Amino acid sequence: MKAVRITGLIVLGMLVVAFPIAFPNPAVTTIAVFTVLFAAAATGWNIFSGYSGYIALGHGVYFGLGSYAIALMCQDWKIPGGTIPLLLIPLAGIVAAIFALPFGWIALRTRRHAFIVITIATFFIMQLMAYNLRPITHGSAGISLPLPPPSWTGNVFNIPFYYSALAILLFALLTSWWVRNSKYGLGLLAIRDDEDRALSLGVNTGPFKLVAFVISAFFVGMVGALHAYFIGSIFPPFAFDALFDVIVALMAFLGGIGTLAGPVLGAFILEPTQQYFTLEFSNNGYYLIIYGILFVVIILLMPEGIMPTLQKYWIKVRSSGNSGQNEPEEVEKKNKKTAVLKAAKGEEKGQSHETA
Amino acid sequence: MAQLILEAIITGILSGAVYALMASGLTLIFGVMEIINIAQGALVILGAYLSYALQDKFHIDLFMGLLLTMPVMFLLGLLIEIVLIRPLKRDRTMLSILVTFAIALIIEGVLGVFFGTNYVQLHSWYIDSTIQIGDYYLSYIYIFGFVLSLILLGLLYFLLYRTKFGFGLRASMQNRTAAELIGIDVERVSAITFGIGVALAAAGGMAYGATSAFNPASHLDLISRLLVIIILGGMGSMKGAPIASVVMLVIEDVTSVIWSPVWANTVFFALLVVILLVRPRGLFGQLESRKQ
Amino acid sequence: MKLLEVSKVCKSFGGIRALDACSIDVEKGSITGLIGPNGSGKTTLFNVVTGYEMIDAGEILFEGGSITDATPDKVFRLGMARTFQLTRIFPRLTVLENMHVASQREGIRALLSRWSSSQEQQRALELLEFVGIVHLKDLPAGNLSYGQKKLLEFAYILIADPQVILLDEPAGGVNPTMINQLAERIRTLNKSGVTFLVVEHNMEFVMGLCDRVMVMHRGTKIADGTPKQVRKNPAVLEAYLGD
Repeated sequence: MKAVRITGLIVLGMLVVAFPIAFPNPAVTTIAVFTVLFAAAATGWNIFSGYSGYIALGHGVYFGLGSYAIALMCQDWKIPGGTIPLLLIPLAGIVAAIFALPFGWIALRTRRHAFIVITIATFFIMQLMAYNLRPITHGSAGISLPLPPPSWTGNVFNIPFYYSALAILLFALLTSWWVRNSKYGLGLLAIRDDEDRALSLGVNTGPFKLVAFVISAFFVGMVGALHAYFIGSIFPPFAFDALFDVIVALMAFLGGIGTLAGPVLGAFILEPTQQYFTLEFSNNGYYLIIYGILFVVIILLMPEGIMPTLQKYWIKVRSSGNSGQNEPEEVEKKNKKTAVLKAAKGEEKGQSHETA
Repeated sequence: MAQLILEAIITGILSGAVYALMASGLTLIFGVMEIINIAQGALVILGAYLSYALQDKFHIDLFMGLLLTMPVMFLLGLLIEIVLIRPLKRDRTMLSILVTFAIALIIEGVLGVFFGTNYVQLHSWYIDSTIQIGDYYLSYIYIFGFVLSLILLGLLYFLLYRTKFGFGLRASMQNRTAAELIGIDVERVSAITFGIGVALAAAGGMAYGATSAFNPASHLDLISRLLVIIILGGMGSMKGAPIASVVMLVIEDVTSVIWSPVWANTVFFALLVVILLVRPRGLFGQLESRKQ
Repeated sequence: MKLLEVSKVCKSFGGIRALDACSIDVEKGSITGLIGPNGSGKTTLFNVVTGYEMIDAGEILFEGGSITDATPDKVFRLGMARTFQLTRIFPRLTVLENMHVASQREGIRALLSRWSSSQEQQRALELLEFVGIVHLKDLPAGNLSYGQKKLLEFAYILIADPQVILLDEPAGGVNPTMINQLAERIRTLNKSGVTFLVVEHNMEFVMGLCDRVMVMHRGTKIADGTPKQVRKNPAVLEAYLGD
């Protein structure tokens, strides 16, 4: 069984790596670059929001910070186009991560609902800063990034970007995988299921959440940086894009939030679709309507996402073959009844403690 | 300078009343259903456009138009709740954020198709003419809007505290399960609450559209401000929402005068961050006690 | 030696005095029972001892040191674990993963390594075996029956080797066979040195298991002695019947 999985992954890996060579059409490879970038962003976002259960809707901040970081670095250090800016990407990611430390610390002082709003608020503050801090950010005029050298034209232009994006995705996936299997990741998942209980079992909830937050900001920042270099110029509403988080969140939800491959799957499905829509329905209004309806349908039909639904199906198939599962089932039925009564009593008691 | 500040405070209070209408709907929905209606901003803009269309095509006065737009939007709210929100079972809060965001996008799209993306503003005699108070010129709409807000919020409080339905609503807010156990139809209460929230958005939309220029994309900025307001007031707190609205608007307007209009916007959000550092539950919010 | 000492503790919720100058203590190595009618303050007592609520007055000592203001995680690290009336497990994690959440491994290195390291894994499997649910180790904990969840909760706090375990209605909603098994396991653990404080409504369970029973009523202790003594105590009968 495991052999099949590994072979499958290797084949998939080879396909992904060979993709731009097999399909050199620049229109196609452009979509591929965006897809891989968003897959990396969704994976990074998932490391925090998926594993800890705290839905952050302000990660566009780190995307924007990464964009401006690399733009300013290229501008101030007079970096020429070519491969050097690509090497600056991790640095941009670190800049984003540094901002994430205080931002995350402040945001995590609140619980789930207020947390979402404060991440959104932080996002708007930074977007406004980008507009207002003209001496640094050039305000609405934005900043241009260095143009890549002439040798990168035509079909070849997208190739270095594609492989850089792939590198970021790989890095993000490896990190996500490692977190998932570590005791640290287990703590995060416990926080997601029952934070107070996890705390009472010795899990260091505060630092755990903050570290995940910073890690996710690092990856999103890198994505922002590469994205900025790919497009060639940035300005406030573009770098700090209000829709970014919702798109990333939707990708993660579609594929299966909290799983390893889910966000990647979601990105691979949604990003090409979105690009297609933007091309076909250039009238903004229609694009939004269709996108919104798609959104709603996905959430209503598959609230857990593709991966968990598949996994559940897989467990069902496996266990239907096993015998000797009868005893727990019988006991389960009896206990379900008592459990319901007990739960009702328990809630009542919980109330009476406060009123009696 | 003092004169300017005083004017800013007055404008702040008056616009705060308008925001209170919109924010009350949002916090009410959260209090009863524990969902964050990201579409509230878009629904406000929808209300604004409806008022605009009624006036433009049928020459119906803005305030009179509310007699049409509010019931219609109430029904829309019911529809949205029943079809799109009630089916969400697990992870309600998170999924409702995504669903309502999608609804907001759909509304933005539809408005863009019907009305285009140019900015519009509502016009009427009371918007374009002003009354003079001392050295200060105040557009009538601010006063009318303030009165409208008082009336509607007053009606809301009456509904909440003096009617049987309001009792059921407040019970559901405090403890959904217990409310069910004593025979309150929580699902019905939820649907009607959502409808009320949307109806309030319709009224808020008219007032908002009368005092600011808007286009379909305005909902994003608006919802982010509304969210800040209800967090500040305390999520689910009916008295927190109006107070926070007025406070935030006054501070914003005063900052605009003292510092610069550019930074007034940023102050809005920065203030939230500061307040949450000191008091994470907002002014009147409930302390989230440790789950036993 | 008194492992846990609660001294004249008061706790009010609004106008209601849940704990009224309550003083109890638990001897090291004992299995102590805590009973009382509904609303007598038993769960509130558990909550203040384990840091879920702050008290208004009084003192709480653990091994002689004060834990009056301690948070739940501090209390846990000191060696006191508790279970809940409405069982709290991590539903989306597997049974085995649930076990590892509480396992104590200090240091960054430990955090970064895989959670299924061989030593920890051994211990987790042993404990699951001990409570009898090892065959369910790979199922999501949310799929377990109510009784199985209770056993899981019992098992996963054991992995941290607590000195004293507070059980909040461990027999509630559990079928008779399992109740006896539970009592057996408590006795076994007690023999190896674990102290127990058990809140229960099931009289048979408490009287058969505990060597000392305390009775609470209206936020304070009204009786304290062996099961036999407590059974015959008129104040106890009045508390249960006269209310």
